[in-house]
Amino acid sequence: MSAAAAGQQEELWAALGEPSRLRVLDALLDRDDATPTMLARELPLTRQAVTKHLAVLGRVGLVAGRRQGREVRYAVDPDRLAEAARAMSAVAARWDRRLARIKAIAEAVHARRQVAAGDR
Amino acid sequence: MAGDRIERDVLIEAPIDVVWEVISRPEQIVHWFSDEAQLDLRPGGEGVLTFETANQPAVYHLRFEAVEPPRRLAYRWVYPGGEEPRPGNSMLVEFTLAEEGGRTRLTVVESGLDHMPWPDDEKQGYADSHGKGWAGHLERLSAYAPAAPSRPLT
Repeated sequence: MSAAAAGQQEELWAALGEPSRLRVLDALLDRDDATPTMLARELPLTRQAVTKHLAVLGRVGLVAGRRQGREVRYAVDPDRLAEAARAMSAVAARWDRRLARIKAIAEAVHARRQVAAGDR
Repeated sequence: MAGDRIERDVLIEAPIDVVWEVISRPEQIVHWFSDEAQLDLRPGGEGVLTFETANQPAVYHLRFEAVEPPRRLAYRWVYPGGEEPRPGNSMLVEFTLAEEGGRTRLTVVESGLDHMPWPDDEKQGYADSHGKGWAGHLERLSAYAPAAPSRPLT
């Protein structure tokens, strides 16, 4: 996978790594769309906090906003959410790949040093 | 995977000090993890990991919880940056190194989504209505997975 794709997945996973943000997403899943004011009414969060979380979720594409009058109505993007679900189940696999790379690097460094020590 | 905790390990044919170098030095980290790494490697020290994305780079701020060479390295990271990483808003990543007859067992645990910042009774209500916390979320989100076009996730 390209570094760019890995970074995006990392970002998607990270966007969900905050419990209040997850709750905002969860509350939004219960309805077709909602304004920050509506979500703030049912969550122990201020409207400002909800808006901030929606902005982060929007940045990674999990929700999209549509202006209606003075407020913006937000809705979950199901395709992107499905991607997030897969990204989450792939976190363990990602660590496996990283550990495999750590192993390869450490073993190469070790082998190189042994050769260098033998040369002396 | 139990709840919010991911644990993986690998056995490496190299001494523990070498493995420690690979997981803790920025010039090595860029070969297996982020595209850039700036670290103040000490307990309470901060760091920045940068991952290239198609748009703008994703930047993660982290704080070291434990720096105990060569056996234990732990940090919290939060997204987006700007907030202090602490239990409740961040993931904890812990590396543990153990010698096994000249080789090294490296274990990584990523956890933290269980640390809900709201009161227990509310947490309980939340758990009741949403399955078992994070595990419930996973199930719920996974339900969306088959609907999306399948792309290889590597």
